[in-house]
Amino acid sequence: MSNGRSACAPGGLLVLLSRVGARGRGEEFLLSRAVTGRFVPVDGGRPAAAAGGGDRHSPRTGKEGGRQARKPALGEPDEEARALVTECRCRRDWDAGRSLSYCPLYPEEMLVPIHLLFPVLRNGEMSKVYVTACRYHIFQNYLSTQINWQAAVRSLRKTFLRPFFKWSKAEDLFGHFCSRNYRTTIVQFYNLTPPQVNSILKANEYSFKVPEFDGKNVSSILGFDSNQLPSNSPVEDRRCAATCLQTRGMLLSVIDGHAGCACAQAVSERLFYYIAVALLNQETLLEIENAVENGRVVLPLLQWHKHPIDYFSKEASKMYFDSLRTYWQELIDLHTEETPDVMEALTNSFKRLDNDISLEAQVGNNNSFLNYWQLRVAFSGATACVAHIDGLDLHIANAGDSRAVLGVQEEDGTWSALTLSNDHNAQNEKEVERVKSEHPKSEVKSIIKQDRLLSLLMPFRAFGDVKFKWSIDLQKRVLESGPELLNENECTKFFPPNYHTPPYLTAQPEVTYHKLRPQDKFLVLATDGLWEILHREDVVRIIGEHLTGVHLQQPLSVGGYKVTLGQMHGILMERRDRISSAFEDQNSATHLIRHAVGQNEFGAIDHERLSKMLSLPEELARMYRDDITVTIVQFNSHVISTHYKHNTEN
Amino acid sequence: MRSCSVPKRSCLWAEMFPRLLSDVIYPSQCHLPKTCWRRSSTAPVSNVRPLPSQAHVVICGGGIVGSSVAYHLSKLGWTDVVLLEQGRLAAGTTRLCGGIVSTVKHISIETMMADYSNKLYQQLEQETGVQTGYIQTGSISLAHTQDRLISLRRLVSRLQVMGIPCDIISPKQVAQLHPLVNIHDLVGAMHVPGDAVISPPDVVQAFVTAAVHNGVQIYEGASVNHVMVEKGHVTGIETDRGHIDCEYFVNCAGQWAYELGLMSEEPVSVPLHPCEHFYLVTRPLEQGLRPDVPVIMDLDGRIYVRNWQGGVLSGGFEKNPKPIFTEGRNQLEFQSMLEDWDHYEPLLSALLRRMPSLESTEILQLVNCPESFTADMRCIMGESAAARNYFVLAGMNSSGTSFAGGAGKYLAEWMVHGYPSANVWPLDIKRFGVLQSSRTFLRHRVMEVMPLIYELKVPRWDFQTGRQLRTSPLYDRLDAQGARWMEKHGFERVKHFVPPGRDLLELDQSKTFYKPDWFDIVGAEVTCCKEAVCVIDMSSFTKFELSSSGGQALEILQHLCSNDLDVPVGHIVHTGMLNDRGGYQNDCSVVRLNKRSFFIISPTDQQVHCWSWLKQHMPNDSQLQLEDVTWKYTALNLIGPRAMDVLSELSYVPMTPDHFPSLFCKEMSVGYANGIRVMSMTHTGEPGFMLYIPIEYALHVYNEIMNVGQKYGIRNAGYYALRSLRIEKFFAFWGQDLDTFSTPLECGREFRVKFDKGTDFIGRDALLQQRQEGVCRRFTMFILDDHDTDLDLWPWWGEPIYRNGHYVGMTTSSAYSYTLARHVCLGFVHQYEEGTGAKLVVNPDFVNRGDYEIEIAGQRFRAKAKLYPFSSLFTQKRRKDEMELSSFQGK
Repeated sequence: MSNGRSACAPGGLLVLLSRVGARGRGEEFLLSRAVTGRFVPVDGGRPAAAAGGGDRHSPRTGKEGGRQARKPALGEPDEEARALVTECRCRRDWDAGRSLSYCPLYPEEMLVPIHLLFPVLRNGEMSKVYVTACRYHIFQNYLSTQINWQAAVRSLRKTFLRPFFKWSKAEDLFGHFCSRNYRTTIVQFYNLTPPQVNSILKANEYSFKVPEFDGKNVSSILGFDSNQLPSNSPVEDRRCAATCLQTRGMLLSVIDGHAGCACAQAVSERLFYYIAVALLNQETLLEIENAVENGRVVLPLLQWHKHPIDYFSKEASKMYFDSLRTYWQELIDLHTEETPDVMEALTNSFKRLDNDISLEAQVGNNNSFLNYWQLRVAFSGATACVAHIDGLDLHIANAGDSRAVLGVQEEDGTWSALTLSNDHNAQNEKEVERVKSEHPKSEVKSIIKQDRLLSLLMPFRAFGDVKFKWSIDLQKRVLESGPELLNENECTKFFPPNYHTPPYLTAQPEVTYHKLRPQDKFLVLATDGLWEILHREDVVRIIGEHLTGVHLQQPLSVGGYKVTLGQMHGILMERRDRISSAFEDQNSATHLIRHAVGQNEFGAIDHERLSKMLSLPEELARMYRDDITVTIVQFNSHVISTHYKHNTEN
Repeated sequence: MRSCSVPKRSCLWAEMFPRLLSDVIYPSQCHLPKTCWRRSSTAPVSNVRPLPSQAHVVICGGGIVGSSVAYHLSKLGWTDVVLLEQGRLAAGTTRLCGGIVSTVKHISIETMMADYSNKLYQQLEQETGVQTGYIQTGSISLAHTQDRLISLRRLVSRLQVMGIPCDIISPKQVAQLHPLVNIHDLVGAMHVPGDAVISPPDVVQAFVTAAVHNGVQIYEGASVNHVMVEKGHVTGIETDRGHIDCEYFVNCAGQWAYELGLMSEEPVSVPLHPCEHFYLVTRPLEQGLRPDVPVIMDLDGRIYVRNWQGGVLSGGFEKNPKPIFTEGRNQLEFQSMLEDWDHYEPLLSALLRRMPSLESTEILQLVNCPESFTADMRCIMGESAAARNYFVLAGMNSSGTSFAGGAGKYLAEWMVHGYPSANVWPLDIKRFGVLQSSRTFLRHRVMEVMPLIYELKVPRWDFQTGRQLRTSPLYDRLDAQGARWMEKHGFERVKHFVPPGRDLLELDQSKTFYKPDWFDIVGAEVTCCKEAVCVIDMSSFTKFELSSSGGQALEILQHLCSNDLDVPVGHIVHTGMLNDRGGYQNDCSVVRLNKRSFFIISPTDQQVHCWSWLKQHMPNDSQLQLEDVTWKYTALNLIGPRAMDVLSELSYVPMTPDHFPSLFCKEMSVGYANGIRVMSMTHTGEPGFMLYIPIEYALHVYNEIMNVGQKYGIRNAGYYALRSLRIEKFFAFWGQDLDTFSTPLECGREFRVKFDKGTDFIGRDALLQQRQEGVCRRFTMFILDDHDTDLDLWPWWGEPIYRNGHYVGMTTSSAYSYTLARHVCLGFVHQYEEGTGAKLVVNPDFVNRGDYEIEIAGQRFRAKAKLYPFSSLFTQKRRKDEMELSSFQGK
C-alpha cells in the first residue's frame, strides 16, 4: 500500500480496484492504476504489496480489448452483471496535503463494474473515476427496486455532505440529493421530456432520397434512412453510404469499431474507394492513372451521402490516396480485360485494405502524428458489413458480427426477415470450425474461450487488430519504434494469451448474393448493438409497419358495411396511435432505434424507459447497450417488378 | 381518384335527399322545360332553351344564396333577372350542408340576417307551397368552461335586446331538453328556442318557385365565362351558351366566387377559400329521435349535432382544416370528395364524449362538404370597388343557411335602393384590399379561420396567419424594442411595448374577458403620453393626395365633405364625407397643401372604401388627379406636452402653440431630412404632432426623435394607449363607432358641418331635415361607476345600454381610461316608444336625465352618461373649431 501510495504523483489520487469473487476466482489479480500510469496490484479486495510499477500481472487485464459479453437489462442487473461488479475504493490522499477541486468527494466504498472504468482509465482521465463511480452508485440505487431508501438517503447524505462539495463538477449531478425530497428529485433528474428524447434520438439521423428524373425514379432504391445512437464516447460505430459514379450501384455499410474508433474511422473513409476501384474496368483505371500522372482533374469515384458528423480526417488523406493508387496500379498491371466480378471485387478490396492498414503501421511514417495514427488504426479493430446494390443485384460483404437483413412482405401483407449475412462469432458453428481448422490441433482448446477468440475478441473477422495478426516479434518491434504516445495506451502493452500461430484473425469478408424480388421491400444493415436487443423478425415488422404506416395506410371507407360509431371510433383510435408513433419519426432508422431502446415487454414505446435509457451517463450507457448504427435501404418495388415483367416478356 | 366513389355518393344522395330527386314541385305557369332540371351536369347539352340576349340583372350561382338574391330582387320589383347555374340548382354546398339556422352569431349584423332568415324560412312554405323541412327545434350551445359561459352570457344579453328569446340554462335543463347529451362536464348552456333546421335544397326550390312566379328566369347548365366591364360599369357577360347584356351582375358562385371574380375585365377580388368540411350522418337510432330535438352546438368540443331523420347529423370545425385546391373552375359541380375518417376522428371522439349512447348507432355516411371561408370569418357582400354594379355575395363561413335569407335581402336592397337598410360595413367587400386576394394568404388564413368558428371569441383577438405583409419601415426597430403586433387591413401595428425583463403570457393563456396582462404596460405608456412624450407609428392610416390644375380639387371636396375646405393653405380640417342620408361614408382629416392640392388622411380600413367613394364622385377630368400615397409616407405620432420641445430641438423652429397653432400643417426639416409634413394634431385630443415622413427618411427621423427625446423621457407607445386616450377624449372612430348610418348631428359634430359654405355637399338636405326633426339617437360617453377593474368583466363593445331599466342602445367601443381610473364606453342612445318600439327624437335632456346601466355578460354596471368630453382634460390652446366646440358645450 505504501508503495502504491508513494507511486502516486502530485495528484495524490489512488484508485484501488480489485475484482471480487468473479466466478469464484477471487485470488486473481486485477488491474489497479494510479494517475501516474503505474499499476498497483490488489489481492482479493485487500490491498497487497505493490509490485514493480507498470508490469503486467494478469493476462485478464486485456479484457478491455474485447467486448462485453452481455448487457444487463435495465433496472435489474442480472447475475452476470453482478459478477462483474468490482469493488472500487477511492481514497483521497490526505497525506499529500492537497485537495483536488475536481474530485472533492468520495464515498468510503463503492461497488462499480470494472469495465465501466476502462474507458476512463484508458484515456487517463482520473478525475472521471470518481464521477463514474458515484454516478454508477446512484444510478444503481435508483434503478434497483429492492433498495432501502432510508439507508440510501442516510448514506448519501453522509457521503456527499462534505467540504468542497460546492465546487464539484458533480454538484450539478448530486446537488439535488441534499434537498428535502430526495426521491423525487432523483427521478426528475433523469426524466427527459419527449422533445428532449426526440432531440437525442434524432441528432444523428440522416435520410437520402434517390432523386427522381421526370417524376420517375428508375433506380431500384427509393432511398435510405440511417441513424446512430452512441453509447461509447466517442462513438465507435461508423456508417457510410455512397453512389458509385464510374460504375452503377450504390454502396452502404455499417462499421463497428472496438478498442477505440480509429480503425472504424479509417475503414469508413477508405473501404468504399477500394471497392470502387476494384469494380472499375481497365479502361477507366488507365484514364484515372493518366489523369493523376499528368496532374489533371481525376474522375470522381464516389458521391458520398454523409451526415455532418460523419467526418473525414484531412491529415491522412494523402497517405490513403497513395495506398489506393498503388492498388489501382497493381490492378492495371493485372491486365484483366473483362469487367470485374462484384463478388471478387468486394473480397479483394476488403483484404487489400486490411493489408494496407497493416503495412502502413509496419512501415511507419515520418510525420509523427500520422505514424501514431497508423498505429492506433492498426491496433484497434473494426468489423464491417457492406451492401452493394445495382439494379436487382444485391451483394452483401460481411466481416464480423454486423448483420444485413432483408424485409420481405408476403402477399398477405405479413412481414418476414431474410438474413443475408452470417455473423462471424462463436455462435456461428461454421466459423468456429474455420478458425479451429486454420490452426494446429494443440490450440483447439485455447483458441476460442468464453466465446471469444483467444478469450479476448468477440468477432472472428475484423479489420485492424494486428495484435491478432502479427507475430509477437513484429508487434514488439513496431511498438518499440513507435511513438511514446502509443505506450501511454496500455491496450497495446500486452499480448493475447496462447498466442502461437498468428494470424488468428482475418478481414476476408463472406460475400452473399441476392437477386431482388418485388416482395423485397427494404434492407436493414445494423451493428450488433441492435441485434442484441431486437430479434430480426421484430426489426422487420417494426420497420415494415412504419413504412406502410407512413406511406401506405389505406383510407378508411364505410362503404355498405354496418359499422357503429363506437366501432369506428375504436378503429380510428388504433390507427391514430399507430400513425402518431410513426409520424414522430420521419426516419425509419430513428423509429427502429426508438423501439430498440424504449420498447417495453408489450412491444409499445415506454417513454419512461426511453427517457432512462437515453439519460444514462456515458460511463453507464455502455453497460446497457452497445453503439447502435442502423441503415435502412428502401427498395422501389415498382421498378423491381417492371424488371421482372420485362424479362418475362423478352 | 375522386371519381371512383361517385356511384356511392349518388346512392347517398338518393337516400339523403329523396325530396329533391323525387318530383319537383313547380307552379303550373312555370315555363321551364323539365329536361333542364333533370339533366345531369356532365351530359351533353341538348334541347335547352337559348339564353336571353339581355337582362337587367344576371345572378351567377344557383345555391341558396343566389336564389335568395333572386327571390328578394323579384320581391322588390326587379323582375328582369336571370339566374345562371353552371350545374343544377342547389347542387353544391347547399345540397350537402347541415341546414341549421341559428342566430347565435358574434356580430349583430349577422344575428340580424340570421333572425330574418329564420322568420323568412318559417313562412316560406306557406307563401310558396313548397315544403322546406322547416322545424323550429331551438339550439343549445354548451359551455365546458367558465370563460365559454361568459361568452355565452354576453351573447344572451345582446340577443335578448335584439328581440331574440334566449337564456342561459343549467346542465340539468340541457338534459331535459335533449335526451342524449352527457352533461357531466358542463358548466352551463345557452338555449335559443327560436333556432331551426331546414332542408336547404328545398328552401332553394321555394325561393326559385317564388322568383319564377314573379318573372325571374332560371337557367341551369349555363356557366359564366367572362364579365364585361366598360368604363368601370358592368355591361354584360359571356356564357358558354352565348352573350347576355346586363346592367347588374351578382357573383353568388360560392366556392368558385374567387375564380369567377378574376374572370372579369376588371378583376374583382373575392377573398375566400374553400375547405373540406366533414359531417357524419347516422342511421336512425333504435328508439328514434324526436324531430324537434334541439340542435346541440358543443363549442368546446368543436361539434354540432342535429336530428336527421331519426338519427343524428354531426359535424364540426376541426383544428387542422384541409383547404381544397381547386385551381381553375374545372369542376361543374362538387364531385364527391373523399371521406377521411382519420381526419374526422377528433370530432367523432368529441361526439361520443358528448353523446356516449351513440356508440351503438350505425353509420350511414361521412359527408365531405366544401365550405367557403373568408379572411376574417365574416361573409363577403356588396358592390365591388373594381366595377360598378358588380355585386358579390359569397363566403358564408359555413353559415350559409343561416345567412342566405337576410344576406339576400340586404343585397337586393343594396342593388335596388343604393344601400341596404342596415349597416353592413362589417360584411362589405370593400373592407378588403388586393392584398387579401393572394391564394397563399387565403389558404393560410382560412386554416386559421375555420377552427376559430367555434373557438372562444375574446376581446382583442388577432389573426396569427398571413401576417407581416404590410409593415412600416420601422418594423424591425420597434420589434427589437419589444413591440407586440396587431394587424389592421394587413398592416402591422404596435399594440404596446413590452419593457425588457417583463414577460407577457403566451397567446393562448392571455385570452381573457377580465383585466388583461398588459394593463400596467399600457398604463405606463398612457402616463408618458400625458406627462412627457410618446411616439406611435401610425403608418397604416390611409393617405390620399388629390390635386388638380385648377379649382377642381377644391370643388369636388367641397361637394363631398360637410366641412368647409376653402381654408388658408396649411390648415387641417376634420370632416366627414357623407352619403345622401347624411351618414358618414368616411371620416377624415383633410390638409390643404396648396391652393390646388389636398392631403386626405382616413382610417386604415378605408383604403378601398374611400377610394371607390372618391372615384365614384369624381368627374372624368384628366386635370384632376387622385393618388393613393399610403405607401409613400411613414406616419409618426408624437403625443404629449413635451412633443413640441423635441420637435423644436430637431428643427430649430419654435413649436409653441403661438408659432404652430393646433390643426396646422407645415413642411419642415427634422434632423437632416427635409420635406417632412408636420401637423399639429394627434387623433387623440392630446397635444402633439403627426409627422408624415417620406419612407426613406423614416428611420433617420425616428432615430433622431428618440435620441433627442431621451432627455424629455420619450418612449414608444402602441395603439392600445392611443385607443385609451381617444376614447376618454370621446373621439369617435369610423368603422368602430361611426358607420354609414350615423350622421354628424347624432354624434355632436354639428360644428364640423357647414350648411352655409356655399356648396351643396352630399347629405346636406338629409342633415337639414334631421336638424329640423331632431336626431333619433345620440352618441354618448359612459363612465362606469361601480366597476371593479381587477375583478369584474371588462366591457368590450356590443354591450346593451339600459336607461332607467329600459334598453336604449349598444356600446360601440370601450377602453379603460387611466386618467379617470374608470372604464369609458361609447355608444348610441335611442329612445324607443314603449309598446311600438318606434324611434323617438333624442334630445340632450333625455340623455342627461337618466340613470344608465351597461350590461356586461348579464351583469349591469351603473354608468354616468356624458354628451361632451371632460373639458377640464383639455389644456391645449384651441383654434377656431375647438372654440366653437366649447361654445357648443356651453349651450
